[in-house]
Amino acid sequence: MGVKVGVLALQGDVAEHITAFREALTDRPGSSVVPVRRVADLGDLDALAIPGGESTTISRLIEKNGLYEPIAGFEGGIFATCAGMVLLADRVDDPRVRPLSLIPMHVARNAFGRQVDSREAMLDVAGLAEPFRAVFIRAPAATEVGPGVEVLARIPEGIVAVRHGRKMAFAFHPELGGDLRLHRMFLENLRV
Amino acid sequence: MKLEELRFGTELIKRGFASMQKGGVIMDVVNAEQAKLAEEAGAVAVMALERVPADIRAAGGVARMADPQKIVEIIDAVSIPVMGKARIGHFVEAQILEALGVDMVDESEVLTPADEQFHIDKAQFSVPFVCGARNLGEALRRIDEGAAMIRTKGEAGTGNVVEAVRHMRAIMGGIRALTGLSSQELVDCARDIEAPAALVIECAERGRLPVVNFSAGGIATPADAALMMQLGADGVFVGSGIFKSANPEATARAIVEAVNHYDDPKVIAEVSKGLGAAMKGLDVHLLREDEVLQTRGR
Repeated sequence: MGVKVGVLALQGDVAEHITAFREALTDRPGSSVVPVRRVADLGDLDALAIPGGESTTISRLIEKNGLYEPIAGFEGGIFATCAGMVLLADRVDDPRVRPLSLIPMHVARNAFGRQVDSREAMLDVAGLAEPFRAVFIRAPAATEVGPGVEVLARIPEGIVAVRHGRKMAFAFHPELGGDLRLHRMFLENLRV
Repeated sequence: MKLEELRFGTELIKRGFASMQKGGVIMDVVNAEQAKLAEEAGAVAVMALERVPADIRAAGGVARMADPQKIVEIIDAVSIPVMGKARIGHFVEAQILEALGVDMVDESEVLTPADEQFHIDKAQFSVPFVCGARNLGEALRRIDEGAAMIRTKGEAGTGNVVEAVRHMRAIMGGIRALTGLSSQELVDCARDIEAPAALVIECAERGRLPVVNFSAGGIATPADAALMMQLGADGVFVGSGIFKSANPEATARAIVEAVNHYDDPKVIAEVSKGLGAAMKGLDVHLLREDEVLQTRGR
């Protein structure tokens, strides 16, 4: 059966998320990937991706567009990267971000430092046989996770990949770099 | 994670940083207070400057990189990325900006060029660069030098969007004109526009520039910002347009919303109400040849 994935299209690397999910879904006929800008776009989605970008900007635009309650109450799968991970938390170290409280965790913005500290690294992720080339760009990290949250990857800066039911959050960018193993893991996990 | 496997400043990281700015507004600021206002208004990043372009024009003389003290003050004031401007070809100003921790360097024609032959060899840096361009050939020459992001040059500090429109149409039209050409014709076109053939072929295949393409140089109103988005910009830089307007805070918020809803005229109409006077602006046709900034660098 086909899967319908929406990508929150307020700000950030929306096009990269759409391309990556389209590619990950090529073997599932009847699937589609659509941008989400309004409440009505959320209606019949199986999953929602929250892209990388500026978490303060995206948080503000979520409020302005009346999307806070609808996303906070979204019951499908969620695939969040970078700024998306910040938004999914229930506690954030910055009052300018209103967290969606979809995963019990505390997230620190810019946990790695500035852009010159951004890096690529080979990362061991639970559930993957081979390491994943993770791209961290002014990345956040979770400092603490609540009960029921599975830590998939941890580095000295903090926790950088988590799963909570059908929701997954990454401090890095699986949508960049062409490796779709984490997208496939997420899509498999939707059936749980 | 194996430490020896860490890689900094790769093409993917630099271009990826630019991708995270898409759909956003990057605002020129000259102090910590303006930077905070921009962040509160929803800017995705700020450009730290000594003076906004309109004031650089008015001041005359040699325009250089801002005082490092000022840049640090702005970096400390906000959590969003901070960019800084270096003179065209002035790779030491760029080294200083990188050492200060700016997140992106703008090799900018708004400052007085330091080298009339060469731009900065941007591939040598870990920090990503954005460069101005007036047409496809110029954009691809900058990307070939290592730019991770392009912006239209427009005509900075005029509050007049006409040059930004001209440059965005030239870049988008230049890419559309590649459609349907044979590989031989693409190589011939690359010679014509003085750009590397590999990058011309990549543009033809993707139907867009290989990096993020913003608009800059004369955007003064929410309508100007939405116009540039509808013409194909991935986002906008607003220089003098915000802090030279009657109500910077309201103008900043309105431009952020206009970019977010660039294809919804009702929203743009709503956010444009009661903003007061936009910056006064200049007729670009009345500028003397030596007052035109966009012809700096080629």
